[in-house]
This record gives sequence, C-alpha cells and structure tokens, in this order.
Amino acid sequence: MSQKADYWKANLRLITLCLAIWFVVSFGFGIILVEPLNSISLGGYKLGFWFANQGSIYTFVALIFFYANRMSKLDRAHDVHEDKDV
Amino acid sequence: MSLQATTYLVVGLTFALYIGIAIWSRASTTKDFYVAGSHVHPVANGMATAADWMSAASFISMAGLIAFMGYGGSLFLMGWTGGYVLLAMLLAPYLRKFGKFTVPEFIGDRYYSKTARIVAVICLIIASVTYVIGQMKGIGVAFSRFLEVDYNVGLVIGMGIVFVYAVLGGMKGITYTQIAQYCVLIFAYTIPAIFISMQLTGVPIPQLGLGSTMSGSEVYLLDRLDQVLTDLGFAQYTTQARLSYLNMFVYTMSLMIGTAGLPHVIIRFFTVPKVKDARSSAGWALVFIAILYTTAPAVAAMARLNLVETINHPDGTNLVYAERPTWVRKWEETGLLAFEDKNGDGEIVYAADPNVNEVTKIDRDIMVLANPEIAGLPNWVIALVAAGGLAAALSTAAGLLLAISSAISHDLLKGVFKPDVTEQQELLASRIAMAFAILLAGYLGFNPPDFAAGTVALAFGLAASSIFPALMMGIFNKNMNKEGAIAGMVAGIGVTLLYVFQHTGIMFIASTSYLGDMQPNWFLGIEPNAFGAIGALVNFAVAYGVSKVTAPPPEHIQHIVEDIRVPHGAGAAVSLDH
Repeated sequence: MSQKADYWKANLRLITLCLAIWFVVSFGFGIILVEPLNSISLGGYKLGFWFANQGSIYTFVALIFFYANRMSKLDRAHDVHEDKDV
Repeated sequence: MSLQATTYLVVGLTFALYIGIAIWSRASTTKDFYVAGSHVHPVANGMATAADWMSAASFISMAGLIAFMGYGGSLFLMGWTGGYVLLAMLLAPYLRKFGKFTVPEFIGDRYYSKTARIVAVICLIIASVTYVIGQMKGIGVAFSRFLEVDYNVGLVIGMGIVFVYAVLGGMKGITYTQIAQYCVLIFAYTIPAIFISMQLTGVPIPQLGLGSTMSGSEVYLLDRLDQVLTDLGFAQYTTQARLSYLNMFVYTMSLMIGTAGLPHVIIRFFTVPKVKDARSSAGWALVFIAILYTTAPAVAAMARLNLVETINHPDGTNLVYAERPTWVRKWEETGLLAFEDKNGDGEIVYAADPNVNEVTKIDRDIMVLANPEIAGLPNWVIALVAAGGLAAALSTAAGLLLAISSAISHDLLKGVFKPDVTEQQELLASRIAMAFAILLAGYLGFNPPDFAAGTVALAFGLAASSIFPALMMGIFNKNMNKEGAIAGMVAGIGVTLLYVFQHTGIMFIASTSYLGDMQPNWFLGIEPNAFGAIGALVNFAVAYGVSKVTAPPPEHIQHIVEDIRVPHGAGAAVSLDH
C-alpha cells in the first residue's frame, strides 16, 4: 500500500515540476513578462513575442516526452508497471 | 486547367483516398477492429489525434485571426497546444486505466450517480454543438469561395456533406483515414507557407523565415510589418495585446483547460493499448499539431504584409479598383470581402481611420484560403489548400457529431432512460441526434457569433468550466463526492453561459443580449470567450465547498480512485461500441 502511496507522491512532485515550467514559458514569458523580454532580440524576433509564438509550444512538446519518460521509470521503480500483467 | 477544375480534381482525389482507405481497412478486419487498434503505434495514434483535433478553426481561421490580432493572437497558439500538457499529466493516463467508453460514463461511475452522468451529457452537448457551429462557419467559407457561391449557399452545401460524411459513420474511428487526412492537411498548410516564406525572406522554413530579414534587404520582416502597419495607423503587430494582459492570461487558460476537457479529444486516449502509451501518445499528437501551430504565426504575419502591400503598394501608389486582381473579384462575390471607393478616385486605400479606409469588409476567415492567391502561387497549391481546409473541418465535425450522438444514445438513452434499448434503436437515435445537431449548428452558422476560431474558443470555455474540473477532481481528490461534482458542473457552466449570453445574446442571437456586448460592462475587462477559466474556478470552489458539508463518497469509490492512479492492472483497450 505504501508502495502505491510513494508512487503517487513521486508522480505529484513530477507533475508539479512540469506544470511550473509549463506556466513559466507560456503565462510567464509569453504574457506577464512579455514587455521586458521584448527588449531582447532573437534574430528578427522580440524574445517575449517569440515565446508566445514559438518557444512555449516547443517547450510543451519536450515537457510531455520528459514526463512520459520519467513516469515509465517511476512505474518500474515502484513496481506498478503494466508489463507484469502480461 | 482552370482553378475551379483543379480544385474539384484535388478535393475529389483526397475524398476518394479517405473513402478508399475506409473501405480497405473495413474489409480487411472484423469486429475487433478497435481492439486491433491497440497494435497502432503511439506515433500513428498521435497523428490521427492531430487530424481529429485540428479543425477548421486551426486550419482556416486561426492564422487569419492572428494576422489581425498580432501578438494578441498568440493566445490561440499557446492555448490550443498547452492543453496537451494538462491532458498528458492530469487526465489521459488515469482515464485510460479506468477503461470506459465515454466521458459521461466515467463521471457517472466515479460519482456513483445517474444525475452526474446526465449533467455531464448536457455540458458535453452544449460545448460540442458550439464547437460544430465554428466548423460550419469554416466549411461555409471554404465552399462559398471554391464553388463561387454566396456564403449562405456554401454553408447549406457544407451541412449536406457533413451529414453524409458523419452518417457514413465509423470513418471517424478509423485511424488510417485520419492519418491520410492529417497528411493532406499538413501538406496543404505548410507548402504555401514555404513558398511564401521563400518569396519574402528567401528562407524555406517559415518558423525561421518569420525571424529573418526581407529578401534583398537588411530589414527584418517583423520590423517591416510593424512599420507598415503603424504608418497606416494600425497597432504595432508584435506588441498589440488582446484587450489586456489579464484578458489574454484568462483566455489562454480557458483554451488550455478546455482542450483537456473536450470529450472528442479525451476519447482518443481511451483506445491506446497501455497507460504508458496514453502519455507518449499525447506527446506525439502535440508534435504533429505543433508543425501547424508553429507555422501559423508565419502564415499570419506574411499574409498581413502581402495583403497590405497588395492594396497600398510599397512604392506609395494604391490599388486601382478597376485593375484589382482576380482573387479580389472572386472573394467579393462571396460577400466576405467588400470595398467602397469613398472619395471616388477609383483607387482603394487601406487604413485604420474609418473615414479614410475603403476596405469596408474583410472577413478574417478568408486569409488562409486567399493567402496562396495573394502570393500568386500556382493553382494546384490553391486547390490543395481547399482540400486541406475541408479535411480539417470534416474530420473534426464528424468526430464531434459522433461524440454528441454517442452521448445521447449511449449515455442518455441506453445508460439512463431505457437500458433495454435494442442496438438498432440505439443507432437510429444516434443518427437522429446527429441530424438535429447539424441543423442546429447550421442554423446558428448563418449568423455566427464570431469568426470561426472565436466561436470555437467559446466551446472551449464551456468545456473548461464544466467537464475538466469534474474529471480532474475525480482523479486527484478521493473525497470529492457526487453532490460536489454535480453542483460544481452546474455552477461552472451556468456562470459561463450566463456571462456569454448576457453579452452576446441568448443562443448568440444578438438582439437578446441584456447587458450589451460592451467592454465597459465586462467583468474585469474579460471578454465572454475567455470566461471559461473563471467558470472553472467557480466549478472547483463550489465543488470543494459542497463536498465538505455533504457525506464523503462510499468506500468502494475511494478504492476505484486509488486503483486508477497506478498503471498496473489495466485491461485491454476498450472500444467505442458504435
């Protein structure tokens, strides 16, 4: 039982980390901090505008794969993975 | 070959392809087709999900809106992609583990209540019908242009085709058809973008072209666009916020949680083979969606620049009305583009000042379709865009209509009112429900409350305020009970609908709005489309409060919740049984 509880806690920690990054790149860099970031240039892009238009989306993709990968490891470490069902 | 003939040919060929694949995969497999679906690789499932997800709003409407909203349009880009992060972490793996057919079914079981299931069905129908209106608008625009008829005629033709397509039915469930649709859609979107990016900047990758200098010049494209627009009195493209930063924040949040709460997207993750695959499949879906979504801002900025320079030439002269290009004449016929030569000099001026501006109507939804014509691209590219737009609109409309009809026939009729209904009766009920949904959405599409993407955004607000919180609390809060969930859903969608209707009219009929669609009347300056996030907050708060003062859920429900939190023990993938 505590195995499951530990697994769930580890999952919640990981979700919290990922959603913090999710929030920072979109709502943080793309909206709240867009004006100060716009004073920095990335090629022809203003940086804040780039995060809102491009950067946040690339980060979202990376985040999901990072989460999926870490969860597969957690599944095994806590012995709750599906492969033993087969 | 004329443009119209090429369009018929390309659209016809792509339709033949979808139907061919549908027949081929039906013939080669049997009843257990959906279970066989568990052999579909997560990458393939992701691609099919992307086709299901990207609608007329993404394909036809979004870049057009961004073209006129500038930086403010980013809320669509972030909102419609960020939701997949929530889906992958907060919902998909657990709902897959639970293993049921429909979203209301999960809510009914988790909250041990038929009432909860009925409330979920009603919320689902309201959100999905609103979504279908947006698709109808997009389909109407596409048909009106390519058949060269009035928008209203185009809409009726579109309704007919959607009906046949959705009733043909099972097509929605066939992953391979959707993979084909994704390929058509993504080629149709990126090829014109690559051409235009090459023309303007010499860089073939639009994502990079947008940040590059103009061909034969040291000026960055975005700086040039900012300059051209501010000279005409418009807001600066790269800094123009949507009303306010607060409004953008709330709007983006609404779209994100709405994405995670829309039943036709969630259903896709019920059929992957393993819990593990539900997570990575969301990632792959987002990869395929991101290809279009990172191209869209480039399409938007470049289309705006091309449009302005078609009318107000860079050399300082203006468009002579009598010599206007063919694409302008064609769009004028649809009634979606209109000019008025106010000063009678035979020339057209485009400007922010309404007394000077002679472009009296330009529907945002025509931008993506007109874009290749504005850039003077070959006919086959223009025809491909038409085929892509239709693929996007039809696949999503069919998916939504199936979600609506299965909610009515499976959840309401079979699940609640008449459990002994025969399979034929259930099927008949779902077709009737589908026909009603098309008629209602079509009717509202004659006078859509907003541009296609705007209408669709509203659907996300409704899903965000009702379904997402109920699902999330069902997984993350063991003590959430039926009283809390029901009260939360009713309060959330109620507040959102009330806010939307009071500003835009009951069922979007403008004359019935009782507070007027005026910014000073908006709560904290938040526009109605963005209100879903506030509705979701209300939902969470009401549900939490009510659950504290009512009896906790029975023991066995708490065990179910503990069980769905771990992947171990997930059965074979379930299927939608119709």
